[in-house]
Amino acid sequence: MPELPAVADAGTEVDVALTVNGQPRRVRVEPRKTLADSLREDLRLTGTHVGCEHGVCGACTVLMDGEAVRSCLLFAVQVRGADITTVEGLAPDGAALSPVQRAFREHHGLQCGFCTPGFVISATAFLAAHPQPTDTEIREGLSGNLCRCTGYQGIVRAVRAAAAELAATEDASGRKGPA
Amino acid sequence: MTSDSILTPPSQLRGGVGAGRWIGQRLPRREDPRLITGRGRYIDDHQEAGTLHAAFVRSSVARGRIAALDTSAALAALGVVAVLTAADVNSPSHQFWHTVMGPGERTPGRVLADGDVRYVGEPVAVVVAESRYLAEDAAELVELEIDPLPPVVDVRAALRTEERVHPELDSNVAEALPEMEIPGFAERFAGAAHVISETFHQHRYVCVPMETRGIIATWDPWTQQLDIVLAAQGVHEPRLFYARMLGIPEDSIRVRQGDVGGSFGQKMFPMREEHAIVIAARVIGERPVKWIEDRIENLISGGHAREESLKIEVAVNNEGVLLAARAHHLENVGAYPTPGNGANGPTAAGMFPGPYRWGGPGSVAYTSQAIYTNTCGHCAYRGPWMMETVGREQMMDVVARKLGMDPLEIRRRNVISRDELPFTTPTTMVYETVSPAETLEQAAELIGYEQFRRDQEKARAEGRLLGIGLSLYVEPQFGFGSLGTEAATIRVEVTGKVTVYMSTGGHGQSIETTMAQIVADEMGVAISDIRIIQGDTQITPYGAGTAGSRTGAIAGGAAHAAAHAMREKVAAVAGRLLEVSPGDIEMASSVAMVKGDPDGPKVTLAEIAAAAYLNTDALGPDLEPGLEVSKRYKAPQFMFSNACHAVTVEVDRVTGQVRILRYVISEDCGNMINPMIVEGQIAGGIAQAIGGVFYEHMIYDSDGNPLTTTFMDYLLPTAAEIPDFEYGHVVTPSNTPGGYKGLGEGGAIASPPALLNAVSDALAPLGVTLTEQALSPDKILTLIDTAG
Repeated sequence: MPELPAVADAGTEVDVALTVNGQPRRVRVEPRKTLADSLREDLRLTGTHVGCEHGVCGACTVLMDGEAVRSCLLFAVQVRGADITTVEGLAPDGAALSPVQRAFREHHGLQCGFCTPGFVISATAFLAAHPQPTDTEIREGLSGNLCRCTGYQGIVRAVRAAAAELAATEDASGRKGPA
Repeated sequence: MTSDSILTPPSQLRGGVGAGRWIGQRLPRREDPRLITGRGRYIDDHQEAGTLHAAFVRSSVARGRIAALDTSAALAALGVVAVLTAADVNSPSHQFWHTVMGPGERTPGRVLADGDVRYVGEPVAVVVAESRYLAEDAAELVELEIDPLPPVVDVRAALRTEERVHPELDSNVAEALPEMEIPGFAERFAGAAHVISETFHQHRYVCVPMETRGIIATWDPWTQQLDIVLAAQGVHEPRLFYARMLGIPEDSIRVRQGDVGGSFGQKMFPMREEHAIVIAARVIGERPVKWIEDRIENLISGGHAREESLKIEVAVNNEGVLLAARAHHLENVGAYPTPGNGANGPTAAGMFPGPYRWGGPGSVAYTSQAIYTNTCGHCAYRGPWMMETVGREQMMDVVARKLGMDPLEIRRRNVISRDELPFTTPTTMVYETVSPAETLEQAAELIGYEQFRRDQEKARAEGRLLGIGLSLYVEPQFGFGSLGTEAATIRVEVTGKVTVYMSTGGHGQSIETTMAQIVADEMGVAISDIRIIQGDTQITPYGAGTAGSRTGAIAGGAAHAAAHAMREKVAAVAGRLLEVSPGDIEMASSVAMVKGDPDGPKVTLAEIAAAAYLNTDALGPDLEPGLEVSKRYKAPQFMFSNACHAVTVEVDRVTGQVRILRYVISEDCGNMINPMIVEGQIAGGIAQAIGGVFYEHMIYDSDGNPLTTTFMDYLLPTAAEIPDFEYGHVVTPSNTPGGYKGLGEGGAIASPPALLNAVSDALAPLGVTLTEQALSPDKILTLIDTAG
């Protein structure tokens, strides 16, 4: 094992066990380390982006036990035992895009792509809660994420399309649609 | 995922094989698969072991003397490697000029504040530590005492006061465009039926890319090599800049960029923080030094934009024909603008006549002053000179109202028509392939202008405030001097894969997609065989950077030229293999065949490449082995696209809220490589303008303190504030290869006046005169309450 600088463990670190993208993981972190930083640095899951560090832009959004949360506003120690899904967990081998990811590509829902992981995660959580959203619901549902490139045109179209695809898939699988 | 599954086009391909197969398609982007899955590689995703992290100590005072600066406690803190101040970092030998501006800028250059501070946020010291957390801890231990001096915040005060933003200089004027003697100019006004004057103001708003600035610099003392990874709009200018700044050879510096999370002008030129990190890396040596800007730093020190006024005086006859104009442009460029002196007036002056005839040569006069203040400096922001359109297009409506004429009608009477081309503007710009009249009519038709006027009449009778706004503009792409050229190097690899090295620095423009579309068509190769490489000074050809809406026409021109040359090279080898003349070779989907003989012998690009590299004796003496081509394209000095924006709004007179009802754009950017990407670029610019006009305002108090330093205060529009946009396209091919024109900035240039004119039109029955932004609801209510 390579030598660690003395500051890598100042005696205040704690172990945190959690599930990330379906895998049991363990990190050793200072209590003040944010979940976003721990995901990015300790687990090398750099798809979760940090855009404002004060909980407004939504770039760092991940799923925690199925709910969209801002990983810049959580400390890693707060998620002990939780089930975290990052954008990397939506398409684990890069081959099969999720319906939301596919729709973002087909409808030009990204340009620079920096906000995209947060949008994809937020939209995934939003559609799980609102399977047949109206346009107004989509726009309000996404208003916790900021994009500076697209003017939201392709993003709104993508979420509309993903909703339609998800609804069609549910119909085809014989499951009941939402009331 | 195979590249083929990424790249399969979504729709049936038009026509047959060969030219035109990919160009013009709404091809989904080749960048997307990695970005959608979180596998992009932005600056902060580079996590080399042993990396050190930097944090800045910044001034909390707008103007003052540094009374004490003690770094000893910070240096003793856990994990701190270095704490550097001006004494360690600044050098009189540093040069700070940029290639595009040339040397001789008036703004004094320095890396860290030395002796005094000149704006809130100015970097004073840099702490380098084992982690960002520890660097920020230690930064708080740096003792900095500043004796405040009276700050210069407002441009009018800056022109009157004896206080100097830069004590080295004799005034607070950064740059001025003086009045020019134009024979007969005054007579144009004296003889006019009407002379109408108004002053329009634009507030300070800023780029705000979702990814902040960032840099990783490593100095290898053993090889004397400086390695820089930068969030940038291109790698070559930063290399030139740091070679000059540090006085070291250009080839001892390597600059790379990976994926970049937006920029809009901000990352075009490295700023003082990046300079400090480069020097820190040299001082420390061997270990990478990384700085990732936080959002507050980005908002207070990342470079600001706009905050300017344009006073316009127009001479017009009774028929609404514009005879002459004089305009004065006053800009607040802050303390340390980038590049040069931050003045946009000189560019705005050239573009002010826009899409209108005016009174011929000598009928437009434009002066400007750029003023230093103790605020964050100007940086480029999407269409930096756009005040000319913001002012001119509002003035058109003011003139129309004064003459009792409709804003559409006055534009119709003045707009340049196709049969007047080539047209030389009063500022000597020559338009050859623009279509302002066509876009005006298309936008008016798409939005249903006449019907809206009838609906508006009815709504007004009910007490509702509906308005419509138009804006016409001509968008320049500059191709002079160092901006005049881009390059492409194409290598067909031994296995027939096509690698294209571009001079560009993409940061959201979809260059990996559009340039592949061009090369695929021009060479006749399968698009899945093409890989576009950019952003590494060691392997990509020189280019000025992806900026100024230059990529489509200029980098596209280079891609065309290189692909065309490679097609001929490939045909020569294929001709040898198929024993026909190269002129008889046709290439499609990476397969060469004899023209007119689809069932005849074929040879694949892989076989051609293998012959060119590995079976060189069979090529004969007249064919050069290998398949490598470099081409550099020289663009015309000026290229122009154009558009018309039309928007309808409703103003709620109780809440002051403005609702955008419809937003229509008629754009002419020549032949479109990928219409989906064209529309995306337009949309992004408009959304930024909607933000600027209604929500975004970088506010300073009278002491020079920035007040909007988080996203809780500096409000960006969300999906809930941006409506669906509707597009019309007029296609007038340019005279450049492929017939493309740039359009990256136009969305942000034309939309503010369209929106302002719509609100103004809505409020007109109340007697409101609108000359200022930002239009927050309380501002609208104040306008309503104080009107009439």
